[in-house]
Amino acid sequence: MDRVAIIGASMTAFGEREAWIRDLLAEAGRECLDDAGVAPDEVEHLYVSNMASGEFEGQTGVPNALAHDLGAVPAYTQRVDQTSASGGAGIYAAWQSVASGASELTLLVGGEKMTHRTTAEATDVIASLTHPAEYKHGVTLPSFAGLTARRYLHEYDAPRESLAKVAVKNHRNGLDNPHAQFRKEVDVETVMDSPIVADPLRLYDFCPITDGSAALLLCPESVAREMGAPYTVVSGIGGATDTHVVHERADPTVMGAAVESSDRAYAMADREPEDVDVAELHDMFTILEFLQSEAVGFFEQGEGWKAVEEGVTDRDGDLPINTSGGLKSKGHPLGASGVAQAYELHQQVLGDAGPRQVEAEVGLACNVGGFGNCVTTTLVEAP
Amino acid sequence: MSFDAHRCPNGHLTYPGHERCPDCGRPQTETVDLADETATVVTWTENTATPPGVRRPNSLAIVEFDVEGESVRAIGQVTADADVEIGDEVRPVYAEQLRDPDAGIREPESQSWDGYRFEPV
Repeated sequence: MDRVAIIGASMTAFGEREAWIRDLLAEAGRECLDDAGVAPDEVEHLYVSNMASGEFEGQTGVPNALAHDLGAVPAYTQRVDQTSASGGAGIYAAWQSVASGASELTLLVGGEKMTHRTTAEATDVIASLTHPAEYKHGVTLPSFAGLTARRYLHEYDAPRESLAKVAVKNHRNGLDNPHAQFRKEVDVETVMDSPIVADPLRLYDFCPITDGSAALLLCPESVAREMGAPYTVVSGIGGATDTHVVHERADPTVMGAAVESSDRAYAMADREPEDVDVAELHDMFTILEFLQSEAVGFFEQGEGWKAVEEGVTDRDGDLPINTSGGLKSKGHPLGASGVAQAYELHQQVLGDAGPRQVEAEVGLACNVGGFGNCVTTTLVEAP
Repeated sequence: MSFDAHRCPNGHLTYPGHERCPDCGRPQTETVDLADETATVVTWTENTATPPGVRRPNSLAIVEFDVEGESVRAIGQVTADADVEIGDEVRPVYAEQLRDPDAGIREPESQSWDGYRFEPV
């Protein structure tokens, strides 16, 4: 089978941007096409990963707007919303369009505009994905993180400091990412002394609210080979869901959809967790990096925290995790995050990651929606 | 007012109810009122960054009920000023309004806003 290649990738600066959603998407889309040296009117399918442009900004219909703004009309367009896993779900949709033969050239742009809202408003927009039985109690995504972190620390005897070390590591990685929202080192004490947000988690256990966009250009590998420029391959991709109501999961410390989606991605690529050289995990909250590193099979259940303590996941460790700085330091513009994860893997596998470069032929990205409600895992590797 | 868990013919119990039993896919045909039962705290948090219309801080707990040998979990607010720990026993206490229905993004008419908080026994 002709595999699906990534022939172009881009991401905008993440952070507090003056641009609104249409301009953010156009910026990443244009840069991605430039990266590949492809004209916009060659795009056959255009997917936009976005959770809530209507709720945040009052602008809906963004895929059609983007097609017009980029000069990609009459490309087929579609919006992909899988909450904060919209980016990963967009990769899946774009991959399907090429793998099925429906499109020979597919542009995927993920983006979100959020920072014009207060933290309380943005939190509420995101919390609107919860079940009415959760929403009426004021349950938010950060509160799920606090509930789960307490259970994890209790069950596996992990020190609270181990969570702080995720933030420290990812902030350190973010120093070398010119697109990151925070390029600032923090130490364990700073994390441990920061204000409580969802006990036992503190301010520095959480990613910020962010504007930004990222893009990928996909085509059949045979076409990429003919074009002659360096490319990477989406060798495996899988998606899965877990319960909508979070407390109904049998074990609150297991991310079932990350287990399922990574199993499917490994099976497609004929890979094992041991084959992965670098990973981007969805560290919207520090605890999520532990849970995903276990769910995708890097470490045994309850052992992910030890790997962070031992430096295994540092940039110079055996399995670098979140070399981009992760959502933690890079920022988390909902629809963009999954796409930006793949952007980092693409750079790493091509050897274009500059000061962040690690030795990597196989990269894994895990993109999480809700509190693990829907997850997409993508494997990006060298041809 | 009742605090209804939903049961299918195979005895699986969920809170809240679903169109079909998540375990076996059969329709849920009975309800069990948890209002007079006690439960054990599985985990808890105190959230200080709350959305519009929600009390601050907002303490929340996931608790587990045991109904005739079948366990069922629920999430809910902890009563004001109460401290809970993992393993503590709590009981449901009815509240007419858990958050201000008019302050958040969700359509007020689309759901109920009353429910049960948990209080240490």
